[in-house]
Amino acid sequence: MNSKAISVVTSTAVPLNIENVDTDQIIPARFLKATNREGFGKNLFRDWRYIDNDENKPHEDFVLNQKKYSGKILVAGKNFGCGSSREHAAWAIKDYGFDVVVSSFFADIFRNNALNNFLLPVVVSDGFLHKLFTAIIADPSKEITVDLPSQTITLAGGDSETFQISDYKKTCLLNGYDDINYLLSQRAKIEAFEKSI
Amino acid sequence: MSKTLFEKIWEKHVVESIADGPDVLYIDKHFIHEVTSPQAFAGLEKRGLPVFRPQKTIATADHNVPTLHQELPIKEALSRKQVEKLTENCAKYGVELYGLGHPFQGIVHVIGPELGITQPGMTIVCGDSHTSTHGAFGTIAFGIGTSEVEMTLATQCIMQGKPKVMRINVEGKLHPGVVSKDIILHIISKISASGATGYFVEYAGSTIRSLSMEARMTICNMSIEMGARGGMIAPDEVTFAYMRGRKFAPQGADWDKKLEEWKKLKSDDDAVFDRELNIDAGDIEPMITYGTNPGQGMGISDTVPDPEKLQDESERNALRKSLTYMGFKGGEKMKGMHVQNVFIGSCTNSRIEDFRMIASLIKGKKKSPDINVMIVPGSQQVAAQIVKEGLDKIFTESGFFIRQPGCSACLGMNEDKVPAGEYCVSTSNRNFEGRQGPNARTILASPLTAAATALTGKISDVRELLNVNPA
Ligand code: SF4
Repeated sequence: MNSKAISVVTSTAVPLNIENVDTDQIIPARFLKATNREGFGKNLFRDWRYIDNDENKPHEDFVLNQKKYSGKILVAGKNFGCGSSREHAAWAIKDYGFDVVVSSFFADIFRNNALNNFLLPVVVSDGFLHKLFTAIIADPSKEITVDLPSQTITLAGGDSETFQISDYKKTCLLNGYDDINYLLSQRAKIEAFEKSI
Repeated sequence: MSKTLFEKIWEKHVVESIADGPDVLYIDKHFIHEVTSPQAFAGLEKRGLPVFRPQKTIATADHNVPTLHQELPIKEALSRKQVEKLTENCAKYGVELYGLGHPFQGIVHVIGPELGITQPGMTIVCGDSHTSTHGAFGTIAFGIGTSEVEMTLATQCIMQGKPKVMRINVEGKLHPGVVSKDIILHIISKISASGATGYFVEYAGSTIRSLSMEARMTICNMSIEMGARGGMIAPDEVTFAYMRGRKFAPQGADWDKKLEEWKKLKSDDDAVFDRELNIDAGDIEPMITYGTNPGQGMGISDTVPDPEKLQDESERNALRKSLTYMGFKGGEKMKGMHVQNVFIGSCTNSRIEDFRMIASLIKGKKKSPDINVMIVPGSQQVAAQIVKEGLDKIFTESGFFIRQPGCSACLGMNEDKVPAGEYCVSTSNRNFEGRQGPNARTILASPLTAAATALTGKISDVRELLNVNPA
């Protein structure tokens, strides 16, 4: 198993109970000027985290600024990651320290970007999402287990739900392989395809 | 078996289907820009790989460029570095670049079609979600992330799950003062900002057929704003007439051969779509948005919806949050409200037809002195055409100033931003919180509505300026 691989994540979670979180909120465009992939975590949700863009003036009520919430799992409202295709959004979430994002619905491009960065998007039912929010807010020390091999998400001492992921992607995540590795192994096939068109 | 246009093009480009996994999809054209490509090139370098098919990638600088004094070095160091990095990467890997100062430079989704690079039947990707614009030519075109940009550079393929297919039929005649931007804002307001997630959309019907290529591009452009993977329109005589003679369009015998192929590109009569939606063009008014996602739109004579009247708690909270940000109240009318800014530009509405439309409205009238207006052509070629047709004189006489091509105030990244707390009636595509600058408040609208607002200083119903009766 290489360092990127994901298998079982057990952690407390951060509840972001907002719907339609777009990638401009996750990482505003003015922070996209970097030419490498690192360091975007410090600007994650920048304009929701700080008043007037000032790191000394945190918005006290924003979840990332509430000390009681922490962990490797972000639980978010439905239609998470809509809007711009910027992969910087997935980089920022991963760089901040999350390994899993849970929602009842993800935007397509964000979902692919997350998977390509070993950030696991877990789709749960609206009902289960509601349960997660209620449980975390009632007790921020509550742990959640996301088990990729068995495709289950479980609230400590309570409910559990299964989630979908294609066999291909599951194998990639468990082994730390990315799509480029796969495509590079298919070069001969791609060249043959080019000749056929 | 009968097939949709989407399925026909998709299947032709599948190199391999992985069981319980994505398809390996071959990409005909790949556009790149300065913001989402540097990390992809860095990835190639790390793996010691060349660009697999450099002739199939085209680069431009658009997102992070100034729109004044492009002849001077970019002032801000990080932006300058990002644009320089693109130049460096293109030179090193043999990719054609239409950078600042090049006569073909412009917003990536404006230049592809106008140069004839975008052609029916192709698969097209770009690290930008509005790649759906190119679908107006009957292509499968969609936005990708930087890892996928790297895949395309390395192998000319990406791995994608096949989306479902939805058809949206728009039938009937549009009222005067209602244009393609209003059609798409209307559709998104009906279906919501996530209503087409998981789908690829084909737009069809007599209204769509009656539109110019520019107007069709505006519609396909905003497909992503309802969550769709992309949007497409089957090519027809309008498409072929637009393409003929363009710089990189096929010529001579080649053109005739291609034309025969392109004419076959349509959904079979009995093709089955996973979902269909019917829209009556006569129901559409000039549209504006009141909230912080593009689904929160309404006709200009409507009132802002009242969150307190919503049954569902999470919907109520979401609408409250949007209205608080925008500074609007439920039940309020937006028409007649004073705004400080107007932005005319972006890959949604910055083509020559948009400028012709605005010029015919503002001719002989004066800009309101109370309003800041930014007008930004989509490309150097559009800018040159404006001058060639003498439209620039009309703009100048009315008190408007035309800037240089780029994404400008569409995304709050480069120098052009809307000041905090101020309103901006914008022809762009996203009204997200802070999209046009921290705490900026965006109201999406058509070029006609934006221009009418620029003349009056207030959110205006263009039909009153055109002397047509609001239906
Ligand atoms: S104009 Fe706006 S939406 Fe279009 S490509 Fe540029 S930033 Fe993206």
